[in-house]
Amino acid sequence: MTLLVYAENREGKFKKATFELLSYAEELAKSINADVIALSVNEISPDELNKLGHYGAKKVVSVTDEKFALLDNKLYTSMIANLVEKENAEIIIFPDNLTGRALAPRLSAKLKAGLVSGVVSAPSSYDPFVIKKKVFTGKAFADVKVSSAIKVLTLSQNSFGIKDPSGDTPQIEDFKAEAVSEKSNIKLLSVDKITGKLLLTDAEIVVSGGRGMRGPENWNMIEELADVLGAATACTRPVSDEGWRPHDEHVGQTGKIIAPVLYIACGISGAIQHIGGISSSKVIVAINKDPDAPIFEVADYGVLGDFKNVLPELTKAIKEIKGS
Amino acid sequence: MKILICISDVPDTTTKIKFTNDNKELDQTEIQWIINPWDELALTRAIELKESLGEKIESITVINVGPAGSEPTIRKALAMGADNAIRVDADPKESYFVAYQLAEAIKSRDFDIILAGLDSADYNGASVGGMMAELLDMPSVSAISALNIENGKVFINREIEGGTQKLEAQTPFVAIVQKGIAIEPKIPAMRGIMMARTKPLEVVAPANADCLTENIVYELPQPKGACRKFTEENVNELVDVLHKEAKLI
Repeated sequence: MTLLVYAENREGKFKKATFELLSYAEELAKSINADVIALSVNEISPDELNKLGHYGAKKVVSVTDEKFALLDNKLYTSMIANLVEKENAEIIIFPDNLTGRALAPRLSAKLKAGLVSGVVSAPSSYDPFVIKKKVFTGKAFADVKVSSAIKVLTLSQNSFGIKDPSGDTPQIEDFKAEAVSEKSNIKLLSVDKITGKLLLTDAEIVVSGGRGMRGPENWNMIEELADVLGAATACTRPVSDEGWRPHDEHVGQTGKIIAPVLYIACGISGAIQHIGGISSSKVIVAINKDPDAPIFEVADYGVLGDFKNVLPELTKAIKEIKGS
Repeated sequence: MKILICISDVPDTTTKIKFTNDNKELDQTEIQWIINPWDELALTRAIELKESLGEKIESITVINVGPAGSEPTIRKALAMGADNAIRVDADPKESYFVAYQLAEAIKSRDFDIILAGLDSADYNGASVGGMMAELLDMPSVSAISALNIENGKVFINREIEGGTQKLEAQTPFVAIVQKGIAIEPKIPAMRGIMMARTKPLEVVAPANADCLTENIVYELPQPKGACRKFTEENVNELVDVLHKEAKLI
């Protein structure tokens, strides 16, 4: 029996979320006495592939066929389903991000395997298989029982942590997926890549602004703070609806759900829909001049004051620490 | 072109979530039900396309898996501008069950684009659209933030990890959509509400489907401790705490 992990890369490098997935899979594998296999798609250097072993994969299956250059949900699903059968995989784990959400549901239906998306911890029991996930956009959790023999999971980011990379060099194997012969229904016209910028869903620290920032012209203060912290920037729904910031920065119930280690909320009152998107953050710092703002109810630390005074001070003080 | 939108009925996003019966069930006493926000944006985009392309969009149909109690939500979709509706008469127990019901109801019909929301505001399965596509053996494209039709060709933007891709998609396919596909949901006008009463709403019997998962118990997050407050004058102290005590920076 094996556990299969979808090892996602960005521009040829494996993401931290991938290492977290492997750390998580290894923990599960120990409990059920199974091996972890990582699936890597597209051409990746041997050094990078070896890293998957260091984080827990016994074997790495590498798929480099041209037909998988572009993410096609249906083709990818057929390929992964073939691999599941070949490797006798019982648990398949994806990241709970755009890629995982594109593939996990299709695979679940193809294999008739129960899917639990957004899991936050290891199973509390394996027989029956019971695992915890977020529901109602972070407003609650559910213990979900899966009754099928094969299970598909998507792991919520930053919910498990990354173990020390102490594993052995993995066995690396090419997988041709010859059985997948269908044609894709999509044609790539152009790509707009986010380069040189930390992805919101990957970031450990996020600095975010709400309507209290009064206008896009004040975002330089958010960006400067994010810069010294090595953080990503985010915003609330009204801010992206107004066009002050791009939609991909919208965090909240209908936007992105994030779980950074540190979330700094500037000029955000704390509407219930926004809180849903950030409630899994480890620590929340709120900056707001309204002492009754509901954001203070979920914040660990708060600064009562005007962002125009607080943000530059904060940036300056952090610069001093980082410089020392 | 015929468009279908899968809609589900979820608690209003401002709802304070509570549970009952030893935390085994959602307490529905104070819940207002709405169209799942992602599905509502999908429907809005379909209506926008019909408004701009006219007869080229032959019909906009909505489909829901739910008991008779979900009909007010379906009527709202009709009031927004859908032409007709299908309700599969079953309790939407879990994702696979719902996807199966949808696929069974859809497979004998003819649609060019089937729209589904990326996620749902209740159990956050983020799964029904993809599962349904697989059960229909149809392609799916996920996290679509723009959809346009020009000269019968379908152009979409989809968000991937680390960027956005512009694609041309062949129909039929399942379009799993997110924020950006439309900005503000369409508000039904009085005329729409009146017309919705007489638009066709077909009720179909459910198929025999399995459930693969079951939510056995719920819990609410641990309440947070008190917020430690600082003032504009002692921001330095906060930085000190974050650095030395919390060790976050």
